[in-house]
Amino acid sequence: MTSLTTAPAETLIDSSTKFQPERQINQIFRWLTIALAVCVGLVLLWITYSLLLIALPAIRTFGLGFLTNSTWNPVEEIYGVFPQIYGTILSSFLALLFAVPLGVGVAVFLTENFLPPKILTPIAFIMELLAAIPSVVYGLWGIFVFLPAIRPILQGINRAFGWIPFFSTTPGGRHLFGASLVLAIMILPTIVAISRDTMSSLPPQLRQGSYGLGATRWETITRVLVPAGLSGIIGSVMLALGRALGETMALAMLVGNANNANISWFSPASTIASLIANQFGEASGLQKSSLFYGALILMVLTLLVNILAQMVVSRFQQVE
Amino acid sequence: MAHSSSQSAPLDNQFAVSSGRKMFGNIMTALVFSCVAIAAIPLVSILFMVITKGLGGLTPAVFTDLPPAAGVAGGGFRNAITGTLITCLIGALISVPFGVLTAVYTIEFGRGNKLSQFVSFCTNILSGVPSIIAGLFAYGIVVLATGTFSAVAGGIALSVLMLPIIIRTSEEGFKSIPRDTRLAATGIGATNFQSVTQIILPAAMPFIATGVTLALARAAGETAPLLFTALFNQYDAKSIWEPTATLSVLIYNFAISPYKNQQALAWVAALIVVLLILVVSILARIVSRRKVY
Repeated sequence: MTSLTTAPAETLIDSSTKFQPERQINQIFRWLTIALAVCVGLVLLWITYSLLLIALPAIRTFGLGFLTNSTWNPVEEIYGVFPQIYGTILSSFLALLFAVPLGVGVAVFLTENFLPPKILTPIAFIMELLAAIPSVVYGLWGIFVFLPAIRPILQGINRAFGWIPFFSTTPGGRHLFGASLVLAIMILPTIVAISRDTMSSLPPQLRQGSYGLGATRWETITRVLVPAGLSGIIGSVMLALGRALGETMALAMLVGNANNANISWFSPASTIASLIANQFGEASGLQKSSLFYGALILMVLTLLVNILAQMVVSRFQQVE
Repeated sequence: MAHSSSQSAPLDNQFAVSSGRKMFGNIMTALVFSCVAIAAIPLVSILFMVITKGLGGLTPAVFTDLPPAAGVAGGGFRNAITGTLITCLIGALISVPFGVLTAVYTIEFGRGNKLSQFVSFCTNILSGVPSIIAGLFAYGIVVLATGTFSAVAGGIALSVLMLPIIIRTSEEGFKSIPRDTRLAATGIGATNFQSVTQIILPAAMPFIATGVTLALARAAGETAPLLFTALFNQYDAKSIWEPTATLSVLIYNFAISPYKNQQALAWVAALIVVLLILVVSILARIVSRRKVY
C-alpha cells in the first residue's frame, strides 16, 4: 500500500524539479503583467503629477484667481484664463446642442429598420470613418471650405437677429460659432456609436410589448425605447463632452484665438487647449507655467466628465 | 353576442391609428432621415475637398523634396512622411508590449478581480485624456529632461494615446477565446506562461493586429501631442533625438500660413494622411473578421 502511494509522489517531485525553469519563467511573467497593469493606473497619476510640477510656480503666484482673471499679459507677467474657460465651456455646449439631437436621430435611424440592413451597414461604417478623420484635417476643411460657406448665412442671421446679444457682432473670418459647428461634426460619431449600441442592445420584449399595446413605431421609440436607453445616451453625451472639452487642433485653427469673453457667439474667442497650442512655442518661465496650470484645469475638468460618463455607462451595462 | 356584434363596427375605428398619430410618425421619420442627410454632408464635403484639392497638387516631388520656404514654389515633404512613420513606430514599440501584457493580466490572470477592474477603469479614463495633455506630459518628462525636442518625445506622447486602444482590443481578443482551450492547455501540463504565449496570443492575433492598426491610424493623424514634442524640422532629422517633421504638424503649419503654395501642400498632406487612415481602418475591419475561434 505504502509503496503504491509513495512511488507516484516521488515522480511528481522529480517532474516538478525538472520543470523548475518553466515555473520561474511563469512567475516572472505573471509579476511582469501585474506590474504593467498597475502602471496603467500610475500613468494617469504621473501625467497629473508632471503637469502639477511645472504648473506649481503659476499656482503659487496666481492661486484660484487664475480662473476668474481675464488678462493674459506676458509683459507684466499677469495671467488668467477666464476667457478660455468661458470659450471652452461655451464651444462644447454649442457643439452638444447641435450634435446630440443629430446623433440620437442617426442612432435611431440605424437601429430601427427604416431601411434594409444592406444600406444601413455602409452608413454605420461611414459614421465610424468620420471618427477616424484627424482633427487637423477638420481644421483645414473648416478654414478653407466650411467657414467661408456659412459666412453669408451667419451674416444674414446677424442682420435679422442682431438685437439678440448672442448674434450681436458681425461674423468675421473666424468665430466661436463656426468652430463649435465643426466641433459638433467631430463629436457626432461618439454619440452615434454609443447610442446605437445602447438602442440595439435593449431587450426585444420592450418593443413587442409596446406594439402589442397598439403603439405606433414612433410612439414606441419616443416613449419606450429612448427612455429605456437614456442612461446609455447620456453616457455617450458625457464622453462626447469630454472629447469636445479637450479638442485642440480644430479649435486652434478656427476659433480666432481672441483673448476675450464676448457674449456674442459670432466673435472670435479662445479655449484652454487652443491657448496652449498657440502660446506654447514662444512661452517661457511664468507664462509656460501658467499654460501648464491651464492644462491642469483642463485635465481635472475632462477627468471629472469622463469618470461620471464611465459610471453612467457601466451602470447601464450592469442593468443589461 | 349581441353586445359584441354591436361593438364590432366601431371597433375598427377605435383601433385604427388616428391621423394625428400617423402624422407624428411621418414627421419623425422625415426628421430622422434629414438628420442622416445633415450628418452625411460634412463627411462627403471633407472627402470631396481633400481628394480634389489633394490630387491637384500630388506630384512625385511631394515624396522626394523638402518643405518649401515661404513663397517658394514647388517642394514636398519627404521628411514629414518619414517623420510620421518614425514617431508612430516609436509609439507602437512602447504601447504594444505594454498594452498586450496589461490585457494578459486583466483577462488571463486577474479576470474580474479588483485590480483588473481598476485597470479597466483607468484604461477608459486614459482614453479620455485630451491629446494635448499627452503632449505636455511628454514635454515634461522627455523634452525637459533631454533638453531637445525629438521623435522619441513625440513617440512617447503618441504611446499614451495608443495604449488604451491596444489594451481594449487585446482584451476583446482574449475574451473571444473559449474556456475549453485554456483548460486543455492546463490539462496537458502547460504553465500559464506557455499557454499564453503558445495558445492564447496566437489565437488572439487578429484582434491584436486590429488594435495595433487602429492605434496607428489614430496616431498618424494626431497633431496636438506632437506640437511641443517632435516639433517640426525643415530638413531630414539625422537621428531620433532631433526635432522631427510630421505630416500632421505640417498640415497645421501650412494651413495657417498665408502662402498659396504651402496651403496647397497642406491639402496634399491631408490627402495622404486621410488615405492612409482610411486604408488602415478598412484593413483592420477585414482582419478582425478572421476569427480563430
